[in-house]
Amino acid sequence: MTNALIKTENLSVEFPLGGGLFNKRTLKAVDNVSIEIPQGAFVGVVGESGSGKTTLGRALLNAVPITSGSASYDDGEEQFDLTKMSATDLKAYRRRAQLIFQDPYAALSPRMTVRDIIAEPLDVMGLTASREETDTRVREIAAKCRLNLEHLRRYPHAFSGGQRQRISIARALACNPRFVVADECVAALDVSIQADILNLLKSLQHDMGLTFMFISHDLSVVAHTCDFVVVMYHGKIVESAPTRELFAAPKQDYTKRLLDAIPSLDPDHRIRA
Amino acid sequence: MSLIDVKNLSVQFKTDEGLITAVEDVSFSLAPGEVLGLVGESGSGKSVTAKSMMKLNPPNAIYAPECRIDLHLDSGPVDVMALKRPRDMEIVRGGAISMIFQEPMASFAPAITIGKQMVEQLLIHTDLNKKQAKDLSIEMLDRVGILEPATRFNQYAFELSGGMRQRAMIAMALSTKPKLLIADEPTTALDVTIQAQVLDLMKDLVAEFGMGIVFITHDLSVVAQTADRVAVMYLGRIMESGPVREVIRHPAHAYTRGLLNALPKLDDLDAPLTPIPGDIPSPLERPSGCVFHPRNPELKPGSRYETERPPLTEVSPGHFAAIFPEDVPGQP
Repeated sequence: MTNALIKTENLSVEFPLGGGLFNKRTLKAVDNVSIEIPQGAFVGVVGESGSGKTTLGRALLNAVPITSGSASYDDGEEQFDLTKMSATDLKAYRRRAQLIFQDPYAALSPRMTVRDIIAEPLDVMGLTASREETDTRVREIAAKCRLNLEHLRRYPHAFSGGQRQRISIARALACNPRFVVADECVAALDVSIQADILNLLKSLQHDMGLTFMFISHDLSVVAHTCDFVVVMYHGKIVESAPTRELFAAPKQDYTKRLLDAIPSLDPDHRIRA
Repeated sequence: MSLIDVKNLSVQFKTDEGLITAVEDVSFSLAPGEVLGLVGESGSGKSVTAKSMMKLNPPNAIYAPECRIDLHLDSGPVDVMALKRPRDMEIVRGGAISMIFQEPMASFAPAITIGKQMVEQLLIHTDLNKKQAKDLSIEMLDRVGILEPATRFNQYAFELSGGMRQRAMIAMALSTKPKLLIADEPTTALDVTIQAQVLDLMKDLVAEFGMGIVFITHDLSVVAQTADRVAVMYLGRIMESGPVREVIRHPAHAYTRGLLNALPKLDDLDAPLTPIPGDIPSPLERPSGCVFHPRNPELKPGSRYETERPPLTEVSPGHFAAIFPEDVPGQP
């Protein structure tokens, strides 16, 4: 039995929608979600837009305030209660938990070299003692993400979407995190690049012992990369199961509807919604 | 009789860094009622090809002198390349040809009601009066499955959900009864369930109106679901074209095979995802010979493809691939 790295119970995130002093209206983006993410797992979260999958990911990174319920992180060395985080806790937690963004064109500063982009988290967190140490670390992580070391001096505009996403992954992994939330990180990429990035994430998971929460609206991508799938709808978890089980025998109607809507590559198997 | 014939289309863009080739020697025709899928990765020239049919490319686009686009209408043939004045182009822009764009939020003006925008284009392209245009618009909104069309008519784009907006866009594009509909990634920004609905709707409308559709997408499974024929593009050239079944079941070009191998398949979760090696080259460093040769894992060094441009060779009836005749795979 592996330990749960992330554990939530009845986690809710609400956003205020305005309204008066006494009739405050709120939007429940995440509604009573209880989930356990075991160490080393590759967990997929799927759902349509507005289903709360991104908010759940951000709540687990302590990037949006948690309204109620409990959420905790425990990697065996350090523990955090995500509902009660002091500024010092948050700094320490950022070293353990990182985010990979969707759009590699928007996520990288055009005015920084690739080396500086990857080095920034190391500098900000004060993880390296000298410039030489930073450089060594940047080179290590760049090599792991299959970036050409000659490219470190260049600026992001010189790179294609796939290379940019590799830079963005290298930056997220520079501080040696344990838990990584990848939010639609292949949605903006072409299929051949998508395959490359998915393979890279899988190999990094094994090499660095990472735990991934992989947020995606694309069920076939999730089916190929994740060990475990959580289906969300309107902020709630509709169904969660090991990938094979879920795709072979979905239990909930909503999951079935989602699976049926995936366009098939077989021209003779045309579906009607 | 075909609806549109595109012959030897080449488009270059003049930029500060030099001339960039976006489309090179692309030819295809489309019959009424036929759906042609244009597939390719970013930078493959599929959108530029589509926009050329309406001469919608930006002013720095240079069309090669030998290219011809002929549109065959009931009223007679139209030579699209010869159209110069904006007034003349009304025939193709919104008249005989309509276009649906990827991002429905960006395609509607945010401060004008959906209805006003629908009526405006009908007044330009048809002889209807305001009242008739309004009635037709509401009828079209109803046809594409929008509930309470009369209410929606008076609403703004932001008041509609993504799927609704794309439906309204389709209703608007079809209200002028175009002969040809160009759909540029119409479902890419939508959720799978809504994508399935929009695809169904488009199929129904083709059957009903009998128009031709050029469907641009990067998603081969969407093409498999909608198109009759497909053209696979890479760096501005057609790599392979033919009936959709043939191309997907028996791809003759290494690039098409590469795209298919990179796609996650639901019926075989153990199949490895194989990316196409290398990256798309910079548009300023266009490879010689076959544009795909630097990334083609099936080629041996020194092959003809490095220097010679392969012709489109017929591999089976109606199925063409940019390969030399000696490389045509054994017939299945």
